[in-house]
Amino acid sequence: MNVDQVSPGGTEAAVKPIISFRDICKRWGSTVGVDHVSLDIEPGEFFALLGPSGCGKTTLLRMLAGLEVPTEGHVLIDGQDMGDIPPNKRAVNMVFQSYAVFPHMTVADNVAYGLKIDRVPQPQRADRVQEALELVQLGQLADRKPDQLSGGQRQRVALARALVKKPKVLLLDEPLSALDAKLREAMRFELSQLQQKVGITFIMVTHDQNEALAIASRIAVMNKGSIAQLGTPSDLYEFPASRFVADFIGSVNMFEGTLIDDKPDEATVACPELEPHRIHVPHAVLGQESSKVWVAIRPEKMNLHKDTDAPPSVPECPAAHNVAKGEIKEISYLGDISIFHVQLANGTLVRISRPNRSRFDQDDFGWGEKVWVSWSGTSPVVLQG
Amino acid sequence: MATRTQERRLAFLATALPPIAWVVVFFLAPLAIVWAYSFGQNQGLTEVDISGTFANYARALQPLYLGIFAKSIFVAGITTFLCLVIGFPVALSIVFASERWRAWILLLIMLPFWTNLLIRTYALIAVLRTQGYVNFTLEWFWNQGSWLMTLVGLEPLGDFTPLQLLYNNFAVVFGLVYVHLPFMVLPLYAALDRLDKSLIEASLDLGAGHIRTLFLIVVPLALPGIVSGIIITFVPALGAYLTPDLLGGPDSQMIANVIERQFKKANDWPFGAALSFLLMYATFAAIALRVYLTRGKPTADGHGI
Repeated sequence: MNVDQVSPGGTEAAVKPIISFRDICKRWGSTVGVDHVSLDIEPGEFFALLGPSGCGKTTLLRMLAGLEVPTEGHVLIDGQDMGDIPPNKRAVNMVFQSYAVFPHMTVADNVAYGLKIDRVPQPQRADRVQEALELVQLGQLADRKPDQLSGGQRQRVALARALVKKPKVLLLDEPLSALDAKLREAMRFELSQLQQKVGITFIMVTHDQNEALAIASRIAVMNKGSIAQLGTPSDLYEFPASRFVADFIGSVNMFEGTLIDDKPDEATVACPELEPHRIHVPHAVLGQESSKVWVAIRPEKMNLHKDTDAPPSVPECPAAHNVAKGEIKEISYLGDISIFHVQLANGTLVRISRPNRSRFDQDDFGWGEKVWVSWSGTSPVVLQG
Repeated sequence: MATRTQERRLAFLATALPPIAWVVVFFLAPLAIVWAYSFGQNQGLTEVDISGTFANYARALQPLYLGIFAKSIFVAGITTFLCLVIGFPVALSIVFASERWRAWILLLIMLPFWTNLLIRTYALIAVLRTQGYVNFTLEWFWNQGSWLMTLVGLEPLGDFTPLQLLYNNFAVVFGLVYVHLPFMVLPLYAALDRLDKSLIEASLDLGAGHIRTLFLIVVPLALPGIVSGIIITFVPALGAYLTPDLLGGPDSQMIANVIERQFKKANDWPFGAALSFLLMYATFAAIALRVYLTRGKPTADGHGI
């Protein structure tokens, strides 16, 4: 138990956010970049701003660094309103998408740049530069010029250069987008290791949902200048709050339907694409009956069954619910999993992924085979509006 | 049958020969003749006897002419410096101007190029002379001030004496800066435009203000462009002829005016040739300096030259 929690103000532990966006807007003429965003980021988080290009995520990050000025609203860093404070007076540092390593300076001079500006005396400066370079495993390359470095090494220089200033928050603009696939995978792991080691808040902008899911402790999914959903990676994946989030994060099968029965402990949705079968969920949807809803089901939460006369039975589910009949139109064998495209009677394509647990699993189903598709009652997410 | 290499050689010769011939016939050969003249002496009115004498060079290195050389280098240097000081902010503002404005400002910079130098210089005379626009404007302000003084009960300022803006060294430098500014702005613009803007943002982000960012990041990375601008401005300014001739006073003559006089009024081609070649060697030295200064320096986009 923390003593601080027992405060006269309230019962909740009041963690002071390190970053606060308060009702931020950014407009250029009639173009809206960021539209009334409010967001608190807590100290020590690895936070990701995720969204398609043009959703306003980079603008938000740049407003934090002071490289863009909000049209409306306030940006607070560690409780202090940034107002007109210029970028060079803010306790945050940024790793740019292009890395922006100064080409006319050696690696060590690049890292020392911010310390020289801050007039850190020499012996101390050299120690901190060395320390930062070792943190990103570049100790051996201190005297190299940037044009003698690979893309990945240049990124490390940019990381060391920002971290050496001991910022309150490190900002990363699309940190992995310029790296090749293998290196990207390795760097993901290394970034989260680095964040745990230095213990400061990292805020990353990315358009790559895998990247965000893999690294971030919390994600804000952005769309058209607003935050579509805020949550942990599993929140966003398993409990998407809107069609946009369900669609943007991972892949999903989306069925349009009508809510025909909504009880406190179960609900039924009729989807024209699945008729005559219906979707059953073991919880209330809390929507208006006969209102229009969308049902989202993840490909890995659907099962394939061999063709039989009667539909396969789904546990804890009324008979002939949560099933559909179709034909396998395409199989993508990816090694660890196989992805099946199953065409239902009315032409709708359903995507089902299936792990290849044994070395012969890929032979279970073949092209053109008639199959049943089923899913448990807890798999669908019913989205309203 | 011709092999591929032979075909290539033929194509190379066919395309390269005409320009090479052009340069040889109309540039290198006359240059060689003038070079030969510089080692000769006048024989009668039109004949030149190329005797291999160094007398012309010895004369050209006399204090009188060395002084004019020094003065030309000084005037060209001041001109180049002023062009750099004025041109750098101009080039920066073009780089950071919006797409639409950029085209217009560049057009304004280039516009003087499309006008004859002589016309531009005479236009400058119309601006600077005692009965020119500058003095008219100053006179108007003077008279208004005078009127205001009487209004508050003070003595009027008296008659306006126009400023002597023409036919002196000021007018020459002013004219040279005016003519050569585009030569400075364009290479600076090219260098600054290639500069990755996120480098500037990174510098700001790391705590540097705008002034330090300018001197620690922008200027070093634009250095090849700055050196190019300096050479491209300095070389023609050093050989300027028309501007000091039209705008200068009796003490403003530059080396090109002296050379012109040797070829025309003095009819001393050998001496004029020697002066010309000394001027050319000075130019070569400036270009060699450029190569030396920018050797191995990364350019604004992060690659070597």
